[in-house]
Amino acid sequence: MTTGEVTGHRVAAAADLPPGGSRAYAVGDMQVAVFRLRSGELRATDAVCPHAGGPLADGQTDPTKVVCPLHSYAFSLADGSCHNGDYAVRTYTVREEAGEIVVECG
Amino acid sequence: MEKPDLVVVGNGMAGARAVEEILERGGGRQFRISMFGDEPYGNYNRIMLSHVLAGDDAVHKNDLAEIYLNPLDWYADNDIALYAGVRVVRIDRFARKVFADDGTILSYDKLIIATGSRTFFPPTDGMWLDDRTLTPGVFGFRTLDDATAMLDYAAERRTAVVVGGGLLGLEAAYGLQQHGHDVHVVQSGPTLMNQQLDDEAGGILRTVVERMGITVHTGKRTAALRAHDGSVSAVVFADGTALDCDMVVVTAGIRPNVGLGVISGLTVERAIVTDDQMRSVDDADIYAVGECAQHRGEVYGLVAPLWEQATVLANHLTGADPKAAYHGSRIATKLKVAGVDVAAMGVKGPQRPDDEWVRFAEPKRGIYKSVVIRDGRLIGAMLLGDTKQVAFLTQSFDRGLPLPEERVELLFELAGPGEEQGAAEMDESVQVCNCNGVSKGELVACVRAGTHTVGGVMTATRAGKGCGACKGLVRDIVEWAVTEDGGEVGEDESASWYVPSIPMDKPTLIAAVREQNLRSVSQVFAALAPDGEDAASKMPLTSLLRVVWNGEFVHENDAKFINDRVHANIQRDGTFSVVPQIKGGVTTAEQLRRIADVADKYAVPMIKITGGQRIDLLGVRKEDLPGVWADLDMPSGYAYGKSFRTVKSCVGTDFCRYGLGDSTDLAVKIEQQYQGLESPAKLKLAVAGCPRNCSEALVKDVGVVAVDDDRWDVLVGGAAGASVRRGDVLATVDGHDEVVRLAGVFMQYYRENARWLERTYDFVPRVGLSELKAILVDDRDGVVTGLEERMQDAVDAYHDPWQDGRDPRGPGQFADNLPLIPLPQVPVRRAADGSLQSSAAGKIGARP
Repeated sequence: MTTGEVTGHRVAAAADLPPGGSRAYAVGDMQVAVFRLRSGELRATDAVCPHAGGPLADGQTDPTKVVCPLHSYAFSLADGSCHNGDYAVRTYTVREEAGEIVVECG
Repeated sequence: MEKPDLVVVGNGMAGARAVEEILERGGGRQFRISMFGDEPYGNYNRIMLSHVLAGDDAVHKNDLAEIYLNPLDWYADNDIALYAGVRVVRIDRFARKVFADDGTILSYDKLIIATGSRTFFPPTDGMWLDDRTLTPGVFGFRTLDDATAMLDYAAERRTAVVVGGGLLGLEAAYGLQQHGHDVHVVQSGPTLMNQQLDDEAGGILRTVVERMGITVHTGKRTAALRAHDGSVSAVVFADGTALDCDMVVVTAGIRPNVGLGVISGLTVERAIVTDDQMRSVDDADIYAVGECAQHRGEVYGLVAPLWEQATVLANHLTGADPKAAYHGSRIATKLKVAGVDVAAMGVKGPQRPDDEWVRFAEPKRGIYKSVVIRDGRLIGAMLLGDTKQVAFLTQSFDRGLPLPEERVELLFELAGPGEEQGAAEMDESVQVCNCNGVSKGELVACVRAGTHTVGGVMTATRAGKGCGACKGLVRDIVEWAVTEDGGEVGEDESASWYVPSIPMDKPTLIAAVREQNLRSVSQVFAALAPDGEDAASKMPLTSLLRVVWNGEFVHENDAKFINDRVHANIQRDGTFSVVPQIKGGVTTAEQLRRIADVADKYAVPMIKITGGQRIDLLGVRKEDLPGVWADLDMPSGYAYGKSFRTVKSCVGTDFCRYGLGDSTDLAVKIEQQYQGLESPAKLKLAVAGCPRNCSEALVKDVGVVAVDDDRWDVLVGGAAGASVRRGDVLATVDGHDEVVRLAGVFMQYYRENARWLERTYDFVPRVGLSELKAILVDDRDGVVTGLEERMQDAVDAYHDPWQDGRDPRGPGQFADNLPLIPLPQVPVRRAADGSLQSSAAGKIGARP
């Protein structure tokens, strides 16, 4: 996707996130949860669960979803839609670049 | 005598349809008919525009014959004077004349306004060059010109943004995507096609659309368009983000064309207000029909109501049925949007407490169905992906037909049998599963051959493994056939699976894990789960590996619930509770002092005595956990895990005047022995020194009650939480050591056989007390020694997890994942002086 005014933010060293790891980072005034799947791929969503503010980076993941640790709402890592409730989170493009993790958001 | 003049303003689908209906009723002989259309064509089928855009074979932009409803000949053949490309600007109702923008003035006796509607362009910076000209690259999607202009423009472009995720927006997106464009659909709300679909269906549609390669953005309000070199170059959203693009299609709704009505003094609300004969409420000679008409408060944007209105109008106007009246339409739509079948009628969801709402969702296949029933009548239905039932539902909806008792039958084609025909009466030859072609006879044969579970029959015959629509019927037939055979329906296999992603019960899974030497959750998924990783299976698998391998397995942080990653219990605000071990509820002044110091040092917002006779420090930040543990210098109390938690005790014999047994000492011994043991669900224990039961041992997972001098009842399966159950006496034994041993044998058996999250109060009744006694006390099966040995291994592997604090498992184990905005929502409580203050102080964790 081509984007304007959406810039890449280096949030951490790639080694910060081993496979299966997940962390939340502040990007400007936004909070983004970054996940490294077992496959090594990266995913990023809003850090805060829209239901009751749970920390999604503390949730459990599989290749398709993250499950909030507070009340088990599950969000698609692809589009942020919720599997079991009327909520949604935003997802962000995230990549590894020169040993660093780069999140694209405004 | 000269025929009266009928003038029709609008040559779209409504105007033309009204005229067709009028001609059909002999109106051609009654009236001299003139039609104005401001598009320079005969009338065409607007619904086909999406096919034009998509470049479907049937309609090519250079050969649009297929899209025209009535070719120009039709007007001539029916003596209709067509003013194409001419716009009527004013009606003089008193002179009964219409004035057009090319100077034409026509008299009328009867007038039909069918001006339809136009694209709504939400006020947006950069959308317009001037009052009438859109910025190049910006399009509506409403007219044939829109479609062809879009196609011409798109040929040179790559990336298109469609603003508006409704029906039209998805059609536009799909059409452009067919031409190989990168297409983004932007919806300001959370749901695609929210006019027709509820959130869940919208979510499924989204998945389907995205699978086609269209990117969907929800919750994005378009604030402005940016241009480069005079044509559109980006969409800017209210949240400040932007999306680069070459073209923008605006499908954010339509607005009725009512300017003519307003100028001419007709009552206009959202559209021209009509009576039940589709006449303007102000003027009995002026009719309005289609999207520019408002009838009983409704403005319809779909063709079906328009057809009905045109019929009423024609009946009334021609006198074919002077009493003809339109009463509004019950909107039932069935359409294909972006290649997906969608049908919707009536309400989207329940509106009253006693409305019935039956839903079926199969997101993977893009299928969603729901019906809403009130007082036994269908008042709403929604079908996505599979609209086979639409005819039946539409009938029920339109006519208010009685519905089948089994509401689910509304959602599925229950192959063959009629509503009242049960499994017993069905003919053997009737096909039950249409996907895999399985008949009732084959199901019955499978049962006769000895498979007595629904899941087993489904696996063997593949019935119900396709769309799944026939599962209910398969179940009925299997149950009927088994009962016929004099058998009993077995429990469904999948119900016994330990985790949903691996088709094995717990003992089988344990055996496979041992046999294949699987030492990590990833390995288990790789070796045993047909569809791979599954978030919901991870925590139970980690638990199982702990039980099988004790300490000897590969820890994977992502396979643990957060509590198990950081050995503390997550709270509603994302902070944690820390409960140090206080064995048997017996502590010391020195421990209390240390706890107090830690609470001060880390500004712990609340200190609470727990129900398990321990002290809970609540509101600790994740990154403080290692420090808290180090300063406490006490082992973990495991107040967070699916594990052995605590052993409460009463005062016992040392001080109590009534004590029969030394309950505190025994409690400490039990806790010392089994501390931190992993289990399928939490284990809460208690020891009471006499039957007065001050420590509530009768309602514990394992309760021990002194009944005589050092003689103890060992009770299992008690509970006093959400369920209240008095424990069953497993045995009465002599001496502390025997209590500790028997409790261990029971707990190991529970660990190896209970389902995930199955508390002892469910497990004990499921297995049965007499069975447990036979296995664990009488050693009927000779397994007790093995249980004891494996329990001893687990005990030997004990490791205080709070030692992790000194040596974190991997980076970020204790990193705060609640970034950085002042938080706590949970107030600080200070003792009993009633003072309450917010702990905010701006420092803990985060939440907007």
